[in-house]
Amino acid sequence: MVLLIYTVISGFLIPIPDLANNSVLEQTIRNLFFHVPMWFAMIIVLFISLVYSIKYTSKQRIEDDMMAAECANVGILLGILGASTGAVWAKFTWGQFWPNDPKLNGAAIAVMMYFAYGILRNGIEDPQKKAKVSAIYNIFSFPIFIVLILILPKINDSLHPGNGGNPGFNKYDLDSNMRMVFYPAVIGWSLLAWWIVTLNYRIKLISHKKHNNYEQIKTATISTIDSI
Amino acid sequence: MNKLKLLLLALLIASKTQAQSVDDSFRQDGKILVVITVLLIILIGLFIYMIRTDRKITKIEKNEN
Repeated sequence: MVLLIYTVISGFLIPIPDLANNSVLEQTIRNLFFHVPMWFAMIIVLFISLVYSIKYTSKQRIEDDMMAAECANVGILLGILGASTGAVWAKFTWGQFWPNDPKLNGAAIAVMMYFAYGILRNGIEDPQKKAKVSAIYNIFSFPIFIVLILILPKINDSLHPGNGGNPGFNKYDLDSNMRMVFYPAVIGWSLLAWWIVTLNYRIKLISHKKHNNYEQIKTATISTIDSI
Repeated sequence: MNKLKLLLLALLIASKTQAQSVDDSFRQDGKILVVITVLLIILIGLFIYMIRTDRKITKIEKNEN
C-alpha cells in the first residue's frame, strides 16, 4: 500500500527527462508507473500459477489447483487492464487504439488462452479430473504466453520500446529519478495483485471446506439411514 | 440495465459531437490527461473486480443460514 501511494504521488510529481518531453510521449512517459507494471504483475502471478500447477501434478493437493486457478483469474484481470490502458496510451502517442503490433496481438492471444483455461475448468465436473487437466493445460500455456508476449515481439517489428530494433525505455529511464519510482511501482502493483489472489483463494477455500462438510454430513446421514 | 443503456447512449452522443474537442484536450498540457485516464481505468477495473468478489462472499454467507 505504501509503495503504491508513493508510486502515485511521485509518479505524477517527479520531473520527466527532456528526451521524453521532446518525443510523442511527453507527460505520458508517466504511464511507465501504471501501464507497464500491469504486465510485470501479470507475468509474476501467471508464473506463480505455473508453480502451483506443477506442485499439483506432483502432490495432487486440490488446494494447489485452486491457487493456480485464482492466480490465472487475476492474471486475466491484469491483462485486460494492461490492454485497455495500453489502448488509451497508444491512441495519443501512436495515433490508434489498436495499432497492428505483434506485442498487442500476442498479448491478446495470451489473455484468450487464459480465458480458455477458465472455460476448460468450468467444463469439467469432477474436481480431481478438472484439476489434473487444467494443471497440464496451464503448464503448457505459460511458455507459450512468454513467447507471445516477450519473444515474438522482439523478433518482429514492434512499436514497443526494446523490440524490433527500437531503443529500450532505458534511454528514458536511465534517469535515476524514474527508476526510483518504477521499481517500487512494479513491486507495489505486484503485491496488490498477490493480495487479491490470496483473498480469492481464501474465499474458495472456505466454500470448498463447507461444501465438503456438507457432503460428509450427507453421506453420513444416508449411511445411518441405510443401516437403520 | 435501461439506465446503463441511456448512459452509454448519452456518452456516445457526447463523444460524437465533442470528439474533436475531447481529442484536443487530451493532447494539451503534455498529454497529462492520458495518464489520468490510464490510472482511472485501472482503478475502475479493480473496483469492478472487488464488487464481484464482494458478491461471492455474500453468496457464501447466505448459504451459511
